[in-house]
Amino acid sequence: MKLKYIIALIVVAVSVTIIMSTAGDASSYVTFAEASTLAQNGEDKSIHVVGTLKKDADGEVVGVEPSEDKLSVSFVMVDENNQEQQVFYNEPMPADLLRSEQVVVIGSYHDQHFVADKVLLKCPSKYQEEEIS
Amino acid sequence: MINTFIGNLGHFFVISSFITSLVAAYAYITATVESDIIKAQSWKRFARTAFYVHGGLVVGVIASLFFIIYNHLFEYHYAWSHSSLSLPVYYMISCFWEGQEGSFLLWIFWHVILGVVLIRTNRQTGWEAPVMAVFALVQAFLASMILGTVIPGIELKIGSSPFLLLRDVMTDAPVFAMNPDFRPEDGTGLNPLLQNYWMVIHPPTLFLGFATTLVPFAFCMAGVWRKQYESWVKPALPWAIFSAAVLGLGIMMGAYWAYETLNFGGYWNWDPVENAVYIPWLVLVASIHTLIIFKNNGTALKTSIVLVIATFVLILYSTFLTRSGILGNASVHSFTDLGLSGQLLIYMLFFTVAAIVLSAIRWKEIPTSEKEASAYSREFWIFIGATTLCLMAFQVLVPTSIPVYNSIIESFGGVSNVAPPADQVEFYTKFQLWFAIAIALLSGTGQFFFWRKMDPDKLKSELSVPLIITLIVSAAAMLIGKVTNPVYILLLTVSVYSIVANGKILLRFGRENFRLSGGSISHIGVAMIFIGILFSSGYSNIVSINESGLLIFKDDPGNENLENTLLWINEPRNMGEYELIYKGQRVDARDVPVYVDRDLLSPTETPRLTIATADFLHDGTRYFAKGDTVQIHPENTYHEVQYTDRETGKQFTLYPRSQVNPNMGLIASPDIVRSLGKDLYTHVSAIPPTEEEKEWAEMEEKEIKMGEQFFANDYVTKLTKIERVDQVDGVDLQEGDLAVQAHIQVMGGVEEYILKPIYLIRDRMVGRIPDTSHELGLRFTLLNIVPDENKFVLGMETSQKEYIVLKAIEKPLINVLWIGTLLLMFGFSIATYRRYQDYRKPAKKVSSSAKSQKSRGKPVSV
Repeated sequence: MKLKYIIALIVVAVSVTIIMSTAGDASSYVTFAEASTLAQNGEDKSIHVVGTLKKDADGEVVGVEPSEDKLSVSFVMVDENNQEQQVFYNEPMPADLLRSEQVVVIGSYHDQHFVADKVLLKCPSKYQEEEIS
Repeated sequence: MINTFIGNLGHFFVISSFITSLVAAYAYITATVESDIIKAQSWKRFARTAFYVHGGLVVGVIASLFFIIYNHLFEYHYAWSHSSLSLPVYYMISCFWEGQEGSFLLWIFWHVILGVVLIRTNRQTGWEAPVMAVFALVQAFLASMILGTVIPGIELKIGSSPFLLLRDVMTDAPVFAMNPDFRPEDGTGLNPLLQNYWMVIHPPTLFLGFATTLVPFAFCMAGVWRKQYESWVKPALPWAIFSAAVLGLGIMMGAYWAYETLNFGGYWNWDPVENAVYIPWLVLVASIHTLIIFKNNGTALKTSIVLVIATFVLILYSTFLTRSGILGNASVHSFTDLGLSGQLLIYMLFFTVAAIVLSAIRWKEIPTSEKEASAYSREFWIFIGATTLCLMAFQVLVPTSIPVYNSIIESFGGVSNVAPPADQVEFYTKFQLWFAIAIALLSGTGQFFFWRKMDPDKLKSELSVPLIITLIVSAAAMLIGKVTNPVYILLLTVSVYSIVANGKILLRFGRENFRLSGGSISHIGVAMIFIGILFSSGYSNIVSINESGLLIFKDDPGNENLENTLLWINEPRNMGEYELIYKGQRVDARDVPVYVDRDLLSPTETPRLTIATADFLHDGTRYFAKGDTVQIHPENTYHEVQYTDRETGKQFTLYPRSQVNPNMGLIASPDIVRSLGKDLYTHVSAIPPTEEEKEWAEMEEKEIKMGEQFFANDYVTKLTKIERVDQVDGVDLQEGDLAVQAHIQVMGGVEEYILKPIYLIRDRMVGRIPDTSHELGLRFTLLNIVPDENKFVLGMETSQKEYIVLKAIEKPLINVLWIGTLLLMFGFSIATYRRYQDYRKPAKKVSSSAKSQKSRGKPVSV
């Protein structure tokens, strides 16, 4: 019988570890201001920021600058609090970046720069066709 | 004219199949609870008929939908949004699983097949009525998903029918206001990613896997319901193993498809949709192990019941996650939300609650064994293995459900901003790696406990030889494979140990009775999968890396490296041990065995039809001549990249594919060079804009002499020839016309290009036909000829020259992973066969009891 309890104890311990670690490693959706504060407090964990690309008065996207060698890109993103932030992305510019209606960047601040590890784009009618030709 | 008949017929089939499944469920339930044997028999016969009719109707639904797709009836939304005129017939079947409705249909279809098999194999066993009652109920729920009926009065819409007319879906489209009978000429086509042979077989396999999990669940429920607490295990076990094989195969096919077609650089991304099937599979495998424990020594029955129920509930949960839209941003490939989330939730909760309530009522009656657990019994170690599998599943379940926690909190008015871990691969690997180590260790050691009791001395002598072999093999592997990470060393060692230990058992007992070898073969397969994953993922090597640094960190070396390489057309570039040359865009033309240069085919108004601008020869055969119409697959562009090994000079060519999809942007698919030791995996990560989107700089005039060199878009260029021509493409030359053609030679890297603009004089009017090279981003117009000075005026326009940004990754020993997968499936198949025979021929076991005295030491086989 003793063995059973030891096993049960181990199972509980592992389960608790799993839950704790998920809670610890889970990222969060924040604004740039919050992300910046987090980074200043020494938190180097990657976070999610949701926003859109910066647009001028005519609705044209501005501030997207692919690097000369086309291997990386930087763009200006506006988060939900209308705060602008230049984001650096270490991959070639995603083809549908300019058409995106929502951008989610996963990354963190390196000094004053926001570096995205991953960029998720939500494009209009990504999975459904709306128009009939 | 709109064909409404077939849609109405299909819808009628759907509704009647829903009703017949309810009838069958009611009749089977009555047959189960009826105490009068004769009445029960007649209810059962009636129920069986109802289920057969239901099956026939389901086939009718599928036939109607296929008729719509096959005949291109684009007035139907399903055909319009998932098919097109140019879609080959063998991909039409894939339309079934691109849409949610079709994939429900596939699932329903498998249940029908399984139901018929179960009826036919269980007529005499007494299992038919209760098992099929569960089946018919599940069918009713699934059929309701495609019902597409609005309940009058409360305006409640149930299900989403695949037979909706386009005009009923797009009620706002102005075209239908003008002409209700409008019928689009062509459909929008099947997602190009699904136009792949793996996508023809992966979804049916996966859905068969989903469907088969219902069988052990139905037997378990039937057993608990009818208080046959122990006898359900025998018929359920072979089905559970079969299910694990099919579901596992389905998962791995998906992984292989992802590896071959998608560009996230691997076979597994820990995406919620992937996790959602991985979790029930692990629990299913755990349940197989506890069922075997029960068959061996009568313990772990309650655990088995819990795990069998959990497997099925997790399948429902996975369906809910992927189809309700709850994953939202968290996943890249869940289905479109059809507004079925409520219905899916009810489906899941119904069976969860019913199973829990039923088991809870009977819980005290379920026999338990008071046997002492001993660390020297094989059952103990199998149990630990099953526990590890469950924890492994739990570890994936907790973070995968993060979007669900957010929804729950938000539905109670709270605010939750929890996101999945930023680096999913790293996060999951951290845990799963240790679980894998435990699994390998247990599956190796467990096999030595083939005697019911093992004492420490015996164990030592049994284990010594495998341990020595293990240490030698893994030491060698570490040296050759340069494995230095201590955790990786551990995983490698225990995996080799598992292979050696199971190999020893296989050699000893496999020869005697191959039927018993399923367990050891499966475990060897699992260990090989671990080794394959360890090397291909842990030691995957980005070949295209370069150290030029990120935009902002240019001056700060040691910072982020770029993982891609830019290749200009025809300009050689070194990458790792290779020299690469990008040779340009190619297309896949019908009936031509090789890819064809895009410049040889000029586009027409119909994208899939092109006109050849020159003859095309390959290996002495002429495949098309100038002026022929050539059919191509317009959505696919292949980028020819020639690799040269810088040491050996060996050359090979890769054709990574890109698709520019108006809805999804750039879709890149890799091309892979496979060799025994490693795969070299190459895909494009960026391509220039399409020809229509290209921006051209303003024309620059150049006055040059014959043979004079100048630079055009950085290329060395010269005018080599001016000649009079008698024929001009697209122009009928008349008498008195004068046509002059210039030859402009451009040294484009390793290739030489000749551009030939034309200058045409007719009735003192001048016409100029420019010549363009999209690859070079150059367009020349012969503007004027100045005969006195022997000079020519060229108009030069420049644009972006052709390039690709490419990523190349080496995946060592990935083939070990695929071979391991096949072995695992093979092991499962042997075990299924063995357990099914045990069930069908129980007598055989009794008659061989004399022999069983001797073979008490038979191995634990799954």
